[in-house]
Amino acid sequence: MTGLGTLLARLRARDRGSYLLVSPYIVFFGTFVAYPLIFSLILLFHRWNIVTPMEWVGAKNFLRVAEDALFYKSVLNTVFFLLIHIPLQIVVAIAFALILNRRVRGRGLFRAVYFFPVVVSGVAVTILWQQVYANDYGMLNTVLQAVGLPAVPWITDPSIAMPSIAIMATWKNVGIYIVLFLAGLQSIPADLYEAAAIDGASPFRRFWNITLPMLNPTVSVIVILSTIGGFSLFIEPYVLTGGGPMQSTLSAMLYIYNQAFYFSHMGYAATLGVLYALVILTVVLLQRKVIEREIGL
Amino acid sequence: MKRLLLYSALLLGAVIFAYPFLWMIAASMKPELEISTLTLWSKNFSLNSYVQVLETIPILRALLNSLIVSLSATVSVVIFGSMVGYALARLRFPGNNVLYLLILFTMMIPFQIVLIPQYVLMVMLGWTDTYLSLIAPTMLSAFGIILFRQFFKSIPQSLIDAARMDGCSEFGILFRVIWPLSRPVVITVAILTFMTSWNEVLWPIMVIRDRDLMTMPQLVALFSIGGAAGTHLAFRLAAATMLALPVILAYSFFQRYFIESLATTGMKG
Repeated sequence: MTGLGTLLARLRARDRGSYLLVSPYIVFFGTFVAYPLIFSLILLFHRWNIVTPMEWVGAKNFLRVAEDALFYKSVLNTVFFLLIHIPLQIVVAIAFALILNRRVRGRGLFRAVYFFPVVVSGVAVTILWQQVYANDYGMLNTVLQAVGLPAVPWITDPSIAMPSIAIMATWKNVGIYIVLFLAGLQSIPADLYEAAAIDGASPFRRFWNITLPMLNPTVSVIVILSTIGGFSLFIEPYVLTGGGPMQSTLSAMLYIYNQAFYFSHMGYAATLGVLYALVILTVVLLQRKVIEREIGL
Repeated sequence: MKRLLLYSALLLGAVIFAYPFLWMIAASMKPELEISTLTLWSKNFSLNSYVQVLETIPILRALLNSLIVSLSATVSVVIFGSMVGYALARLRFPGNNVLYLLILFTMMIPFQIVLIPQYVLMVMLGWTDTYLSLIAPTMLSAFGIILFRQFFKSIPQSLIDAARMDGCSEFGILFRVIWPLSRPVVITVAILTFMTSWNEVLWPIMVIRDRDLMTMPQLVALFSIGGAAGTHLAFRLAAATMLALPVILAYSFFQRYFIESLATTGMKG
């Protein structure tokens, strides 16, 4: 304590003010970032159910991951979700942004309506979509049957359930990306289009050669953001399907949660958490690399 | 003709995004047998499902819990975040750069690494089943600090110098000189923090088991999957509507702020 005291006394008055200002972050970082990071390293090598004392198990947690087919399945499920969700979201968002970018009446109102699901709790949205996807009296199937199409087992068929969740997540989040693309579109200088029009470029060519390349920065931001968000997929399968049918919508986060709170395997869940985070970091860093190489951002 | 197509597309979009919500509100007031229809109107509208939800689960208490938790987090992030952001943006002190790198590092690490150890920390501190476990880990946010830092960099140095000449402390400069000029960033950080806290579900279901301390999304999620709603669709839809309602109200008054604030998350990439 005296060491700290003399240190403080030696600080200039201004510096003392600065440290006082940043002290909340130092406390916060120590408690909720640094400490858990160090503790996760300890948990990696222990078996622990929180109630009885921790038990050193060496590398057993890692050996167990190596044989845990369900964990791999849950990671692949999540990747499958991302592969549908991200392209779908980008296409839909660009389409609506292009329309809203025309001179239309009530642009603000439409934008507000499209954005609406973004602010509503995912739990409310998922309960609502349970009815949208319901088999017999669900909204979508009622519409499909009314126009003479067969009903679709949206969340009861293992091969369709995850795509269904991806569609729902797109419906919920696309508003934010419409706004981002709209901002991107509005930052494209008009003279680019004028020059292209003089050269006789067709609307499609103008879109392909001017609009899309100019939207590249927005696309890359969205890809990275929704990758990070998508890897955290939890509440939608938790409420909508509980991970079923046949574990087809078991996301990695849902699996880790179950390991920790259903089976009380804290050490193992922490191990999965660390490995999964490494997967996420690797994917995001690779995406950045590719983006940097392809479009030089 | 082209105009017509344009507006049809816009309207179709509006129907796709708004109709399910309208339907949910209507269905929550319909008798069970009429829920399967797509209409928004019924002669037999009643608030029966709402009464049932209010009687089965402590949803008003959950609303209060959510308000306490989200408002505490918001006030804390705005005050502490602006303090750290100000020091980083405008003050030179040994360790300034290291601190900035630490904050960027915090933003980069996936939360999955610290999730389980953070829960263990709550258990060890004896904070599970208390408001503290919900509030404390959200009292600061790296992204909030970064937003404040960016904004504060644009404040003219002469204002700060003048206040300093008058003998104002750094806290005085921040809260009396800079804050009044920083409405946009305060609103942005406040809305972002409030929305994140309000919609959080994973963390509450980890640390709260006591029904009277549950947040609103948590309680409604457990109500929906836990069988308490039974086979009554209308109960679930009523609970979901009650969960969505406070946000719907706030959004209809301040939608411009909501959209602008949430769009700043695009800067995170």
